[in-house]
Amino acid sequence: MYQTTYHRASSVDEAASLFGKSSEAKFLAGGQTLLPVMKQRLAGPSDVIDLGKIKDMIGVEASGDTLTIKAATPHYDVATSDAAKKAIPALAYLASLIGDPAVRYRGTIGGSLANNDPAADYPAATLALGATIKTNKRSIAADDYFQGLFSTALEDGEIITAVSFPIPAKAGYAKFPHPASRFALTGVFVAKTKSGDVRVAVTGASQSGVMRVAALEAALKASWAASAVDSVSIPASGLLSDIHGSSDYRANLIKVMAQRAVAAAG
Amino acid sequence: MGVEGIGARVVRKEDKRFITGKGRYVDDIKLLGMTHAHFIRSPHAHAKVKGIDSSAALKMPGVVAVLTGQQLVDDKVGNLICGWAITSKDGSPMKMGAWPAMAPETVRFVGQAVAVVIADSKNLARDAAEAVVVDYEELPAVADVHAAIKAGAPQLHPEAPGNQVYDWVIGDEGATDAAFAKAANVVKLDVTNNRLAPNAMEPRAAIADYDAAEEHFTLYTTSQNPHVARLVLSAFYNIAPEHKLRVIAPDVGGGFGSKIFIYPEEMVALWASKKVGRPVKWTGDRTEAFLTDAHGRDHVTHAEMAFDANNKIIGLKVKTYANFGAYMSLFSSSVPTYLYATLLSGQYNIPAIHAEVIGVYTNTTPVDAYRGAGRPEASYLIERLMETAARQLKVDPAQLRRTNFITQFPHQTPVIMAYDTGDFNASLDAAMKAIDYAGFAARKAQAKSEGKLRGIGVSCYIEACGIAPSKAVGSLGAGVGLWESAEVRVNPVGTIEVLTGSHSHGQGHETVFAQLISDRLGIPISQVSIVHGDTDKVQFGMGTYGSRSAAVGLTAILKAVEKVESKAKKIAAHQLEASEADIVIENGEFKVTGTDKAIALPMVALAAYTAHNLPDGMEPGLKESAFYDPSNFTFPAGTYICELEVDPGTGKTSFVNFVAADDFGRLINPMIVEGQVHGGLVQGIGQALLEHAIYDANGQPVTASFMDYAMPRADDVPSFNLSHTTTLCPGNPLGIKGCGEAGAIGASAAVINAITDAIGKNNLEMPATPDRVWRTIHAA
Amino acid sequence: MSTVKLTVNGKAVAVDVEDRTLLVHLLRDHLNLTGTHVGCDTSQCGACVVHMDGRAVKSCTMLAGQADGANVTTIEGIAKGDELHPMQAAFRDNHGLQCGYCTPGMIMSAIDIVHRHGGQLDEATVRQELEGNICRCTGYHNIVKAVLDAAGRMKVSQAAE
Repeated sequence: MYQTTYHRASSVDEAASLFGKSSEAKFLAGGQTLLPVMKQRLAGPSDVIDLGKIKDMIGVEASGDTLTIKAATPHYDVATSDAAKKAIPALAYLASLIGDPAVRYRGTIGGSLANNDPAADYPAATLALGATIKTNKRSIAADDYFQGLFSTALEDGEIITAVSFPIPAKAGYAKFPHPASRFALTGVFVAKTKSGDVRVAVTGASQSGVMRVAALEAALKASWAASAVDSVSIPASGLLSDIHGSSDYRANLIKVMAQRAVAAAG
Repeated sequence: MGVEGIGARVVRKEDKRFITGKGRYVDDIKLLGMTHAHFIRSPHAHAKVKGIDSSAALKMPGVVAVLTGQQLVDDKVGNLICGWAITSKDGSPMKMGAWPAMAPETVRFVGQAVAVVIADSKNLARDAAEAVVVDYEELPAVADVHAAIKAGAPQLHPEAPGNQVYDWVIGDEGATDAAFAKAANVVKLDVTNNRLAPNAMEPRAAIADYDAAEEHFTLYTTSQNPHVARLVLSAFYNIAPEHKLRVIAPDVGGGFGSKIFIYPEEMVALWASKKVGRPVKWTGDRTEAFLTDAHGRDHVTHAEMAFDANNKIIGLKVKTYANFGAYMSLFSSSVPTYLYATLLSGQYNIPAIHAEVIGVYTNTTPVDAYRGAGRPEASYLIERLMETAARQLKVDPAQLRRTNFITQFPHQTPVIMAYDTGDFNASLDAAMKAIDYAGFAARKAQAKSEGKLRGIGVSCYIEACGIAPSKAVGSLGAGVGLWESAEVRVNPVGTIEVLTGSHSHGQGHETVFAQLISDRLGIPISQVSIVHGDTDKVQFGMGTYGSRSAAVGLTAILKAVEKVESKAKKIAAHQLEASEADIVIENGEFKVTGTDKAIALPMVALAAYTAHNLPDGMEPGLKESAFYDPSNFTFPAGTYICELEVDPGTGKTSFVNFVAADDFGRLINPMIVEGQVHGGLVQGIGQALLEHAIYDANGQPVTASFMDYAMPRADDVPSFNLSHTTTLCPGNPLGIKGCGEAGAIGASAAVINAITDAIGKNNLEMPATPDRVWRTIHAA
Repeated sequence: MSTVKLTVNGKAVAVDVEDRTLLVHLLRDHLNLTGTHVGCDTSQCGACVVHMDGRAVKSCTMLAGQADGANVTTIEGIAKGDELHPMQAAFRDNHGLQCGYCTPGMIMSAIDIVHRHGGQLDEATVRQELEGNICRCTGYHNIVKAVLDAAGRMKVSQAAE
């Protein structure tokens, strides 16, 4: 790891102010993505600003039709949160599949969304549920937030503070893990909103990061059943292809995982 | 057996330090004034080194030195050697390209070192390494064996035209051709044995400490065989004469073959320690392990098996291309030849075999012995052939094997090996019973009704272990003898130290070897210490690999104990005024048989050291040593059967049951033997389902971390159902065959045979990833 | 450089380290607690697992500074004097270790698993929960046995307290 200066922020404002004073700072939440990258010297921030101990940024609460997860809440706390399990069990289940137990104690939703790894789990739920990403400056709709591999609508120095998920009528997640990294080789999150809309988001599969799949949404809107996916054709073009999954295999996984996600959603 | 003697499931003596965090691995050691090394490694698979500019790095804080390959040459540090000479079929010796510890002129694989930075801390060394500018001129590279032997392929070494190391043959080609000419059926198979990265959990590390006043070096290193390391460093690399070099291999975190070899980093650390006048430590990271630990396997094979009308095998033809990587590692040449082709008869009567092995250089990490070393490749090939044959001949795969089993011993195969004993029907029966083979059809039908594809796969393996009779391996080109040494020291108070040349890096020698002493002398294992891994303490030894520690190392200890017993009996007889022939050893006492006269071992020991009252002419003391050279290999064998399900939607494999019936001869500690089998099985399953060290066409590694190289995790594998059948090995007095590699040798064929049974298609390469299985299911 | 203050195995310590220092290196290089190991560069192998404020974390994927003020327990800190922690004893009694390198991380993760699941553990759960710890020697068979055994022992010892 390159030399760096570590700061622990006690508030969002302090974190933003520290960022402004640094030449090339990075925010650190759980560090489960940033630190491995820094260890490999693929990133060398002058300053690392730790958001993990900011009390206002930790917690899960449901109120009315919305489940709010504050950005520095570790995956484990989401997976085991009674509020999350009651409001959106598929989301709690998704959190229980991220990384491994030690990673889930440290990794956070804010960190995951800010990084926007194309094989991360949270982007699928965020996009499929039509969540709103709240930052220290504004609110961003999920449809506007994800902008391709490791790319988001966040501006330099902008801090995610919370993510608000509209509580759906039904939702399900199915993940096929990458055999080595255990990220999603393909993960599909399906959601049926209380107004009857269907949104389907896929992670791990696309060359441009998390994506919605209109054909699956249309089929499931017409009939909310695993069998409704049978006739949908998923093209392999634009999908990732690597040693663990060719693009046509991933196209198959999108269908199969969508079927299993719908079955899990009930 | 006593409670702690041979056959007892004794918990391990060594465990306390490991479970309390008190193990002492190389990276745990700190020396006063220690510096840290960081190697600068080639990012290119093939390139000329045009120049190295270290001026900026040398000005950085904490930097002690930047040393290059040219300086190694100038100081006459020797090139790395290959210790087993193989002769091609035309009579020519194998073609060896020079392998310097750091490349002065040409790099031939990604990760090959060109220079090293020595600094006050690990971080400072790595910081400075980025300031060293290496000017490379990239050359065309080749990673695939078939591409490497094509005309016009990039050439690695001027010494090896066509990138060919050797073209070696074994067996009788004429007799084999004749058998095929009269065959009723011929079964053909193309098989790739995938390249693996050994991935011992402890990365390699070395600390070198030069004492200028004594002109003496100490090397702490992650080695399976510290004496061989010292021998090679002294005799071939010109580091220091043997009496001026102490090699210590303390606790070592797994080896699996990869820590047999003497690596460039150890050589450079020793040399650099003298140059900078301070101790030098190097600890590899995981990526360096992927790039520089010798890989395993990597064969491409075409084979044909001829059957007569009664489904008896009458001939076998094999042609294998073995990818050696960029250089010939220490024992690499023997792996696809004498450790592979000599096992091609499997458990079967095959009257005629002919095999040809072509060794090939490519721009990849060197390949050498990895758990099983040649024998997994042979076993996988034969057991895939048997399964393919059963499907083609439409006979039950277990029955086809039974029809062809060797049942008379000793049995001379057409490929050198003479099997001493075995009972292949017994292990097949045990495994079939354990898995309820007869009930499989009903289970398959049930699974089908639930949308799952269920399959069963049999693998009957045999291996040659207890490596190895020195005279035999010498006649085949080995540069060393493969005996083992031992010394048994009885202290004046009756406690015992056993010095052994075997090295434990997980195998439990501190317990198993003490059990033999306990068994013979009737003392608790707590009274016995096993000393190993230090060339200053143990005179010589060949180390641990090839499932040799019990069959060879423990037999050497037995020979030394027998000498101790013989002398102790003389002393006891003298003290008890009895005839030596009447003395028996029971429960730690030397007794006069048929009387109540006895003297305890500590009193015998004390008498030996006080020497007040010894038989006339007897030397004082009670300490004996022995060298044991085995008369033959040992031949562990067994049957593994795996039952599994494939998810047709994703191609994912899930285990239902995995049974193993092994014949290892006598077991000293069944608990430890089972542990060895479990670990081996998972390495075999890992090869079958998950693991593959991959290079792109230009020699860039694609799998250089655990993010890309799929290691077996707990949820990838099942628990196992183990059993043992026993035929005692006649070649050593304890009847031991060895158990360290069996699982890795036999498991992968069982898995692939089961998956191909499940999906109803025979052609499936390893690793059978979900993508590959799904594609095979849906292929036209 | 910063001074990191934390409690390690019940003892308050203050250590001056470069800000880039990982928790695992603070433990190994500065406190000589070499039972915590490094087996990979990518947060996968779990040889470095320690407990921080009661949770099993990968000490190779934390800056030392992130542990400032925390209560850290390493493999060296779980036995009570000569009395092994039930998980340590279970690993020994079930032959759940061979080379010993992954063992400290395995044991620290396994204790956390039992804490989270209590008596609800079965083989499949243990295997799934050990996802973040790689062992190359044992094939996991005896590790799984050891964790299940220890879960029973820990219940008994909790009941006794």
